[in-house]
Amino acid sequence: MLFAIAVFAPLVGCTVAGLFGKAIGDRAAQAVTILCMLLASACGVASFIDIAFQGAPSGVVSLGTWIQAGSFEVSWALRYDPLSAIMVAMVTVVATLIHIYSIGYMVHDENHTIWRFFSYLSLFSFAMLMLVTADNLVQLFFGWEGVGLASYLLIGYWYYRPSACAAAIKAFVVNRIGDLGFALGIALVFFLFGSVEFDTIFGAVGAHMNAAYHLFGTEFRAYEVIAILLFCGAMGKSAQIGLHVWLPDAMEGPTPVSALIHAATMVTAGVFLVARFSPVMDFAPGALTFITFIGGTTALFAATIGCVQNDIKRVIAYSTCSQLGYMFVAAGVGAYQASIFHLLTHAFFKALLFLSAGSVIHAMSDEQDMRHMGGLARLIPLTYAVMWAGSLALGGIFPFAGYYSKDAIIEAAWAAGTGIGQYGFWCTLIAAFLTAFYTWRLLFMTFHGKPRADHHVLEHVHESPPVMTGPLVVLAIGALIAGFSLRNLLIGPEWRAFWGGSIRVAPTNHVLQDMESLPAIVSHAPLVFGLLGIAVAAWFYLITPALPGRLAAAFPAGYRFLLNKWYFDELYDAVIVRPYRALARVLWQVGDTAIIDGVPNGLAALTEGGSARVVRLQTGSMAVYAFAMLIGLVVLVSIFLLFLR
Amino acid sequence: MNAAGFPVLSLITWLPLLGGLVIMSIRGDEETVAANARWTALWTSLIVLALSLVLWARYDEADPGFQFVESVAWLPDWGITYHMGVDGISVLFVLLSTVLTPICILASWESVKVRVREYMLAFLILETMMVGMFCALDFLVFYMFFEGVLIPMYLIIGVWGGPRRVYAAIKFFLFTLTGSVLMLLALLAMWYQAGTTDITVLLHTTFPQAMQVWLFLAFLASFAVKVPMWPVHTWLPDAHVEAPTAGSVILAGVLLKMGAYGFLRFSLPMLPQASAELAPLMFALSVVAVVYTSFVAFAQTDMKKLIAYSSVAHMGVVTIGIFSANVQGISGALFQMLSHGVVSGALFLCVGVVYDRMHTREIARYGGLADRMPVYAFMFMLFTMASVGLPGTSGFVGEFLVLVGALEVNFWLALFGSLGMIMGAVYMLFLYRRVIFGRITRDDLRAILDMSPREIAVFAPLVVLTFWIGIYPSSFSGFWDATVNAMASQHQAALHAGHADLKLAGVRP
Repeated sequence: MLFAIAVFAPLVGCTVAGLFGKAIGDRAAQAVTILCMLLASACGVASFIDIAFQGAPSGVVSLGTWIQAGSFEVSWALRYDPLSAIMVAMVTVVATLIHIYSIGYMVHDENHTIWRFFSYLSLFSFAMLMLVTADNLVQLFFGWEGVGLASYLLIGYWYYRPSACAAAIKAFVVNRIGDLGFALGIALVFFLFGSVEFDTIFGAVGAHMNAAYHLFGTEFRAYEVIAILLFCGAMGKSAQIGLHVWLPDAMEGPTPVSALIHAATMVTAGVFLVARFSPVMDFAPGALTFITFIGGTTALFAATIGCVQNDIKRVIAYSTCSQLGYMFVAAGVGAYQASIFHLLTHAFFKALLFLSAGSVIHAMSDEQDMRHMGGLARLIPLTYAVMWAGSLALGGIFPFAGYYSKDAIIEAAWAAGTGIGQYGFWCTLIAAFLTAFYTWRLLFMTFHGKPRADHHVLEHVHESPPVMTGPLVVLAIGALIAGFSLRNLLIGPEWRAFWGGSIRVAPTNHVLQDMESLPAIVSHAPLVFGLLGIAVAAWFYLITPALPGRLAAAFPAGYRFLLNKWYFDELYDAVIVRPYRALARVLWQVGDTAIIDGVPNGLAALTEGGSARVVRLQTGSMAVYAFAMLIGLVVLVSIFLLFLR
Repeated sequence: MNAAGFPVLSLITWLPLLGGLVIMSIRGDEETVAANARWTALWTSLIVLALSLVLWARYDEADPGFQFVESVAWLPDWGITYHMGVDGISVLFVLLSTVLTPICILASWESVKVRVREYMLAFLILETMMVGMFCALDFLVFYMFFEGVLIPMYLIIGVWGGPRRVYAAIKFFLFTLTGSVLMLLALLAMWYQAGTTDITVLLHTTFPQAMQVWLFLAFLASFAVKVPMWPVHTWLPDAHVEAPTAGSVILAGVLLKMGAYGFLRFSLPMLPQASAELAPLMFALSVVAVVYTSFVAFAQTDMKKLIAYSSVAHMGVVTIGIFSANVQGISGALFQMLSHGVVSGALFLCVGVVYDRMHTREIARYGGLADRMPVYAFMFMLFTMASVGLPGTSGFVGEFLVLVGALEVNFWLALFGSLGMIMGAVYMLFLYRRVIFGRITRDDLRAILDMSPREIAVFAPLVVLTFWIGIYPSSFSGFWDATVNAMASQHQAALHAGHADLKLAGVRP
C-alpha cells in the first residue's frame, strides 16, 4: 500500500499541476507537486526500510489487466522486492530534492509557465517509478517510454530555443532506435517463454537453456539474442557509445532536469534493466562479453572527451556517460550488485555535481563556459564546499561514496578473471585517472585562479538561496555516507540476504566472492590512479596554467579530435541524417509524383485524347450498344470458364 | 431473434438516411435552413450513437459468431438475402463510425458555410453506407454499401474541398472504383461457386486452391486501394489535402478501415490457402508501405499531406498484423485500426483548428504556436505521442501486438515492420517542432486564438478514447477475443486440412 502511494503520488501532483496549473498559479502548483513528492519519498523510504531491515516479504501489488490477446497477457502490477524498493527510495528522495531546488533555480524563468515545469518533473518521477516497479517487461517498457517522453518535454522546455528543440528530438529519436531493439527483445521473450511476466520468465530459465533462434542463416542461443536485443534498449537509454550522442545535447534542458533525468535516474534505467533481467542475462555469456566491451569502451571514451570540454555541464554530462560505462562493466562481468551499488551512489553525487554546477550557473547569470569563470571559491563558498564533496565522491577518494562503489567495479572486472574482464579493468582504471583529472580541472577552472568573467557578471555573483543550497547539503551528506553505509548490504557479506531473489546469478558466478581476495596492488590501484589524476590536474591548472594550451598546440589533431567528441555527430550527420533527408525527398518527388502518379495521370491524358475518338463511337444506335454488351458478356463468361472451372 | 429485441442494426443503418430526408424537407431562407440542417444532423447522429451503444451493452463477448442478426429474403431465387449482423471484428467499427460522425458534424459547424444542407445530407448518407457496410452479412449487400460510400465521399471532396478538389475527387473515385470492378468479378465467381452470396455460408465454403489465388488477387485489387497499400496509395494524400477537415477525419477514421476490414472478412477466412501463399507478397507491400511512406512523410511541406502519408504507414502495420494470421497479429491489427481511427482523425482535426484560423496548411507558415495556443499545443502533443505509439496511448497497443504477432512469423518482418517506431517519431516530432515550437515570427500569428470550448468539446471524446484504449484496452479486445481466437484457429485448421488433402492427392494412384 505504502509502495503504491509512493508510485502514484507523483502522478497526482503531475495531473493537478498540469491541468490546473494555469488556474491555480505557479506557487500552488509547486506546493502540490512537492507535497506529493514528499509523501512519495516518505512512503518510498518506509517501504525500503520495511523490506531491507524489517524483513517484509517481497510481493506484487496487482492493479488490473492491461493488454490481452490470446495467450499474450500483460497486467498492471507493482513489483515489491529489494531491487525495486531501493530504486524507489532513491528515485523519490532525489526527485523530491530536485523539485525543491527547482523552486529557486526556475525563479527567473522567462517562460512564466513554471507550473508546466513542475508538472513535467512529476510526470517524469511517476514514469521512472513505474519503470523500476514494473512486474513485467511491457510495463517496464511503459515506464521506459514515459521517462523518454518526460525527458523530451523537459529538454525542450525552453521551446523557443532552436538548439533545445533539436536536442529534444535527437534524444527522443536516438532513444527510439534502441527501443526498437528492446521491443523486439520483449516479443522474443514472449515467443520463447510464452509470457512477459518476470516470475514466469525467471522460473522457466532452466527449461529453455539450449533453445536456439535462427538468425543470419545460423543458429544462436535464444538467450544471447534476447540479451543483446534488450541491451540495445539499454544502450540508447544509458547513452553507451554509438547511441550516446543525445546525452551531451540534452544539457540544453534546465539544470535540475540534467541532474534528475540525465544523471541520477533515467539514464541509469539501462543498468537497472540488465540487473532486473540478471537471471536470464547470466546465462548469456556472449551478450555479457559484449556488454562489458561496450561499457569499458564508453567509460574510457567519454572520459577522454570530458578532459577537454569547456562547458561546465558538458563535462559532467560526459562524466555521466563514462560512469554509466562503469556500471555496464560491472553488469557485464556478472557483478550486478556492484552495478546497482554504483548506480545508487552515483545518483547522489552526480545529482549533487549537476545541481552545484547549476548553482554556479545561477550565480554567474547563466554563464556555462568555464573559461569565463575562475576564482569563485570565495564568492560562493557553500557551493564550492559541496562541489568538493561531489568531486571527491566521483574521483573515488576515501571515504566518499565513489571510493566504495567505483573501486568495487574495477575490482570486479579484475576478479572476473577473463580476457574481457581484463579489458574492462584497464579501461575503467585509466578512466579513473581521467575522471579525477577532469573533475579537478573543473573545480580549478571554476573556483580557483583569477576571475575571468567581466565585472558586470562578477558584481552579481551571489550564493544561491537556501531553497537551493538545502538540497545540495543533503546530497553532499549522501555523497559522503552512501558508500560505507550501503556497502555491506549491497555487495558485502550480507548481499545474499539482502537481494534475495531479486538479483539471481548463475551457480558458476563467484565474482563477488573473488573480489574479497584480490592482490593488494589491484585493490589499491584505483585510489592511486585517482590521486594521480588530481595531482596532474593541479599541475596543469593551478601550478602552470599555461601548460594545457601548449599541449593543445603541440598535438592539434588529437586535441581537435577530443574537442569535437571523436567526430560522432559529424559522422552521423554525413552517414545518416543527410542521406535520410535526401532519400525522403527523392522518394516523394521521384517515387510518388513522377512514377506512381505518372501512370494514372498519363492514362488520363491518353483517355482525354482517346475520348474524342470514343465520342464518335457513341452513335446512338441501339443495335450497336446491344452488340457491345453482347461482346462484353462473352468476354466475362469466357473468363469464368477459363479460370474458374 | 437477437439480443436487443428489435432490429437494432437496421435502425442504426437507416436512421441517418431518414434524418437526411428530414433535412431535405427543410424550407426557409438560407440562414434557417443551415441552422436547422446542422441541428437535425447532429441530433440524428447522436440518436444513432445512443442506439449503437445498445451493441456495446448487449454484445455477448463469449460468442464468436454473428449477433444481432436480421435476415429478410430479398432475391431468394438467386440466394441473396438482406442479412445483417455483427461479430467481434465489425462491432467496434460500427461504434467507431457512429462516434466519429457527430464529431465530424460538430467540427464542421462553423467551417462549412456554403450548401450546409447538402453537406449534412452527404454526411448522414455516408454514415448509413459505412454502418451498413460493417453490418452486411450478404456479399451483395456489402458490395452495395462498400461502393455506396464512394458517392457521398466523392461529393464531400468535390464540392466542399480545396482548390484542386475536382482533381482529387476524380482521382479518389477512379482509383477506388478500378479495384471494385475486380471485386465484383470475384463476387460473381464466388456466387457461381457457392450458389449464394451469404457471407456466413461463404465463410464455410472451401474454394479450390487455384481459384482462391485469383479471388484473392481480385479482392486485393479492391481492398489494397482502400487501405491504401503501397503503391496504390497516392490518391490518399490528394484526397486528404483537398477534403474539408471533417471529410479527412471520416476518410482516415473509417474509410481507410474498409479495406482492412475486407481483408479480415473475406480474404483471410474465406481464402486461407491463398492468404498463406500470398502472405509474403502482402508482407513485402506492407513493409515497403511503412518504410517508404515514412520517408515521404518526412519530406512533406503540407501538414495534411504529412498526416495522410503517416496514415499509409500505420495501415501498413495493420496489414502486417492481419496476414500474420495469429491471435496477436490480428488483435493488434484491430487495435491499430481503432487507434488510427481515433488518432489520425484527431490529428486532422488539429490541422483543421489552425486551418480555420489561418487558411493555410503550409508547415512553414506556422511556428511558435505554443505561446499563443497552449491548449492546442497540449492536444497536438497528446495525439502526436499517440501517433508515434507511446505506451499508455492507444497507438502503442496495436503496434506492439502486431510486432509480437509478426515475430512469430519472421524476425525481419517484425524488425522492418516496426521501423515506423523510429521513423514515425522523426516525422511527427519535426512536424510538431515546426508548427508549435520556436518563436512566433509572423505577425498574423500573434493574434491567433486558442481553442474554443466547441473545439475542445470536439476533441474531448477522442482524448478519452486515446487513453482508454491505451490504458485499459481489454475492454475493447474483449469484444473480439472470441472471434479472433476462432478465426486464427480456423485458419490454422484450414491450412492443415489443405496439406492433408494434398498428401492424400499425392498418395492416390
